[in-house]
Amino acid sequence: MDNFLAARSQMGMSLAFHIVFAVIGVSLPLMMTIAEWRWRSTGDPAYLLLAKRWAKGTTILFAVGAISGTVLSFELGLLWPRFMQYAGAVIGMPFSLEGFAFFTEAIFLGIYLYGWNRVPGWFHLFSGIIVSLSGLLSAIFVTLVNGWMNTPTGFDIVDGKFQNIHPFAAMLNPAGIPEAVHMVLAAYTAAGFATAGIHSWLLLRRGRNRFDEVAIGIALCVGGAAVLIQGVSGDALARMVAVKQPMKLASLEGQFKTEVGAPLSIGGLPFPDERVTKYAIKIPHGLSLLAFHTPNALIKGLDQEPSKDWPNVRMVHICFQIMVGCGSLLSFFALIAAGLSWKRGPLSKQKLFLKAAVLVSPLGFVALEAGWMVTELGRQPWIVYHLMRTRDAVTTMPNITITFLMMTFVYLVLGIIVVWLLSKHVIAPAERKQLDGPGVLV
Amino acid sequence: MNPAMILAGIMLGALVIYSLLAGADYGAGFWDLMCSGPRQEKQRELIAQAIEPVWETNHVWLILVVVLMFAGFAPAFGAISIALGVPVFLILLGVVLRGSSYVFRTYFAGSIRTQLYWGKVFSVSSSMTPLFLGIVIGAISSDTVVVRDGISENGFLGTWFHPFSVIVGVLSLSLFAYLSACYLTVETDDPALQDDFRSRALFSGFISLMAAFATYVVAGDNAREIRDGLSGAPYVLLVESCAAIAAFVAFQALWSRHYLRARIAAAAQVGLIIIGWGAAQYPYLVRPGLTIFNSSAPSNVLVEIEIACAFGGAILFPSLFLLYRIFKAHRKAVLADTTPV
Repeated sequence: MDNFLAARSQMGMSLAFHIVFAVIGVSLPLMMTIAEWRWRSTGDPAYLLLAKRWAKGTTILFAVGAISGTVLSFELGLLWPRFMQYAGAVIGMPFSLEGFAFFTEAIFLGIYLYGWNRVPGWFHLFSGIIVSLSGLLSAIFVTLVNGWMNTPTGFDIVDGKFQNIHPFAAMLNPAGIPEAVHMVLAAYTAAGFATAGIHSWLLLRRGRNRFDEVAIGIALCVGGAAVLIQGVSGDALARMVAVKQPMKLASLEGQFKTEVGAPLSIGGLPFPDERVTKYAIKIPHGLSLLAFHTPNALIKGLDQEPSKDWPNVRMVHICFQIMVGCGSLLSFFALIAAGLSWKRGPLSKQKLFLKAAVLVSPLGFVALEAGWMVTELGRQPWIVYHLMRTRDAVTTMPNITITFLMMTFVYLVLGIIVVWLLSKHVIAPAERKQLDGPGVLV
Repeated sequence: MNPAMILAGIMLGALVIYSLLAGADYGAGFWDLMCSGPRQEKQRELIAQAIEPVWETNHVWLILVVVLMFAGFAPAFGAISIALGVPVFLILLGVVLRGSSYVFRTYFAGSIRTQLYWGKVFSVSSSMTPLFLGIVIGAISSDTVVVRDGISENGFLGTWFHPFSVIVGVLSLSLFAYLSACYLTVETDDPALQDDFRSRALFSGFISLMAAFATYVVAGDNAREIRDGLSGAPYVLLVESCAAIAAFVAFQALWSRHYLRARIAAAAQVGLIIIGWGAAQYPYLVRPGLTIFNSSAPSNVLVEIEIACAFGGAILFPSLFLLYRIFKAHRKAVLADTTPV
């Protein structure tokens, strides 16, 4: 394998795994805190058991997420030393802040886990809130860096170097906040629906029980609320991309021609050589409407740039369609769930609904990975948009294929074991005595 | 004091804290590998208990050093990443395997065989990170890391695979092991276990003295400048003498079984050694070419990062204090409950 390709593969693989670990690690604390809050206000032991289970899951994922996050901070240098050399000073700020958010999360997670009997109840709940917030902040800081790579700001280029750097201006780049919001909501959506699906499946298998029911309730509320807001966030992000990265928008949509009142292509397959997207359902003026909220807005097509500067249009378009498709399905599902529980009472009694919940459960994660591919592949061939090519940033160290294969193996083993541990410690059925007794459980 | 010096100072401080806290966790992992004798299982249990609530928090100090380095001294970070890619990758592999195997071992309760297997991975990887961390420290202190236009002039092995760096690696592993053994004597009330770790502390302390001596001897070949730095400026000598006194106190306390005193003195010793290294290395980050002045980001960037650090620290230190208070106070209460007076 070519060194450059190996480096890209290793980075992509690390991120693909890290994003899953991190997303669960960001969402579980929120659900755990909600469960504890419900327990403190209702006294229902099922909530307490759930809070403890999710706390355990948080621990496992926090540890693994911390490890894979460390890997990434090193890999930035190991694989892309020239990027770090030039851009390090500009993007160091969010990383430094992330370091502190991470500290806070680790400390309060320690208090949460080992402090059930050692700190007052309100303080324990407060620790849970701090863990959720600092996890959220970590995710935001890291995504701000990715935002900067897409819409670099906060510096001038003098003699081919970054000068007059303003770290906070760089951190608050145009893409940063919309991307961060989108990322965080995606995290809650993915983890929420996956959790709801798993417990629906268990509920179908184990028969009615309080543990799975309350788990589904919390997970669906988190995932459902997030996916419905996600629509608004996606719109804001797309409009930002339309203004700041028109070529990226063009490849998301498979738009080769520059045109006024551009149609929206749903589905379809771009053929970059022929400069056309075939087999798509076209909605007239759709793209102009979505991107600029006016039907006859001018949409720049890929023809504005030489084809050597195009990303892999086909992949980007397909991933984008997958992301939007999954997101729309989940939004639809969330609305139906809200309607059903309004009209017909508790969802956990409705078998058909539970089956549907099992079916849609992986879609959040599918959308998450697809969305990540969209933003990463859509930025190519640039590592810093229109400033530095990814190819120019790669290390001169040979044999990256070896480290790529080693890290892939390590991550695969890590992934398998995490899944196994979660099934063993987090979603395993509650024993009767754990739900009957009022005392401390698990 | 200019901003580059302040940021370098913060990084050195974080490195010291990392070594004193996480270094001891890694050292404990190394002892896990060496557990032997009739109390083998008890030794392992003690090690696991000692690092359980803290190792993740301790680990974050390394991340802080790394991010501050690429935020403040990006060219130095780039040079290290290229020329020392191999040992850095091995540090990383150690971090990954140590952390994950620890988690897996903890949660694989029940199956003894798998637990033992993860225990092996845990202890081997725990030894890997300090060794290669020391090697990287050794390499940036010698004159072999030279990167021009993204090309490492001494290749990818020659930059670090020489006697000086390797011995610094051994030195750091033995120091972490020593530190950890000193800490562990305080973590238990069982006199037999205390004795086990006392003899380990004495042994590893002796090895670290030998290694320190050896680094000084081989420094003549390709690390002459750091040797001159170590034996040059008066304040470096002062730090070194303090480290020597701390070492002496620690050994004496270990010998006479005053474990709390030994623990404090050993921590002081290791901390002072690292500070002494930092002082001798000044103003270099990566010898022979990159100093904290010629590789630093513009000073407004450094100042803003330092402000961020100040805010971060204002949250971090009270939280750390709180964590420590909650668990230390509890520990005392438990001890008071269980040990009849």
